[in-house]
Amino acid sequence: MKMNEELKNTLLGPLSKNNPISVQVLGICSALAVTVEMKPALVMGVSVMIIVALSNVVISLIRNTIPNSVRIIVQLVVVAALVTVVSEFLKAFAFDVSVQLSVYIGLIITNCILMGRLEAFAMANKPWASFLDGLGNGLGYAIILVVTAFFRELFGSGSLLGYRIVPQSWYEAGYVDNGLMMLPSMALILLACIIWVHRAVDKELQEK
Amino acid sequence: MNCMENALSIFVRSIFVDNMIFAYFLGMCSYLAVSKNVKTSFGLGVAVTFVLLITLPVNYLLERYVLRAGALSWLGEGFANLDLSYLSFILFIAVIAAITQLVEMVVEKFTPSLYNSLGIFLPLIAVNCAIMGGALFMQQRLGLEASDPKALKSIGDVVAYALGSGVGWILAIVGLAAIREKLEYSNVPAPLRGLGITFITVGLMAMAFLCFSGLKI
Repeated sequence: MKMNEELKNTLLGPLSKNNPISVQVLGICSALAVTVEMKPALVMGVSVMIIVALSNVVISLIRNTIPNSVRIIVQLVVVAALVTVVSEFLKAFAFDVSVQLSVYIGLIITNCILMGRLEAFAMANKPWASFLDGLGNGLGYAIILVVTAFFRELFGSGSLLGYRIVPQSWYEAGYVDNGLMMLPSMALILLACIIWVHRAVDKELQEK
Repeated sequence: MNCMENALSIFVRSIFVDNMIFAYFLGMCSYLAVSKNVKTSFGLGVAVTFVLLITLPVNYLLERYVLRAGALSWLGEGFANLDLSYLSFILFIAVIAAITQLVEMVVEKFTPSLYNSLGIFLPLIAVNCAIMGGALFMQQRLGLEASDPKALKSIGDVVAYALGSGVGWILAIVGLAAIREKLEYSNVPAPLRGLGITFITVGLMAMAFLCFSGLKI
């Protein structure tokens, strides 16, 4: 029973208490850049989730054979290979999204969540636990991405997942989309608001 | 002369308009983690610039003569149709990791004083998104039309791009560190303390940098 409890914590901990973005401060770069609309944010979240989970499993399987001095390079090569597969897959089946994500798919390689989880978890744990840890962290990352993208798309272009939400009659009555939401700076401020709410609810996470 | 002008324009644009941090969020992790005081953040900035200046031209040569469609034609007729661009992620990151290691060893051997001030940061730079992002953006910009102001046309442009991006990164991190040093003494609402207020500060700085986006060079 205890074992199951531990595995559950590995999977669900990163969703809130140990969220990779708002608590561990990992992988911010891509989180901010791809959240102008919901669709690329969802694709990015799912891609990162798959890559973290799989690379955790691979590294965890070979963890005892990797010499300590070259482990970073080994990790990078494993991650780069997985990212290449995902990127080619997106180019083949979702070309418009892959154009929108441009270099940020490639940048998953240097996403700190990956290196952080590989170093901190996969190097010391069994494959199944590592898989759950990767999945949990990927989910925690995806949630923040989707929430940020939700607000940016709703207020920035009045639609969600490409479907119009704000009715045309509002525009005729003088409603204007907030162009600031489309700019990079608003992503940072929205993320700060998410952190604010998160930490106001969960007082343990407050600093100092 | 025209060539120089182009390189200069790319240099200035990549500092102010296409700033790595404020326009593309590259290298954000170390940017947030290290920007607590001005001196160390300047050290990290210099290290990033240094590595960018070495890795980008190397990756440019790799892209030009190995990866691009038809790039291998210098090996002979039979190689002219090869397109190895799907290998670019692995090769770029391998080059970056190897060069960071090499730079670390060279710096340690010849300038111990620089090594002592950069020491901790050098190995971390291999996984800094700014370096990989620089390489990927360079690859993307090499494919642009020549009339586009963002297009990189020669190795000189690539060096200018690397230097400009690095200087822009230093500017951003030193600015944030200076503000955070002052923020230490201010009364911030408890849930916003630390990370939250830092994000808002960066957001405001990014807004300020938007003023440069109308810059015509």
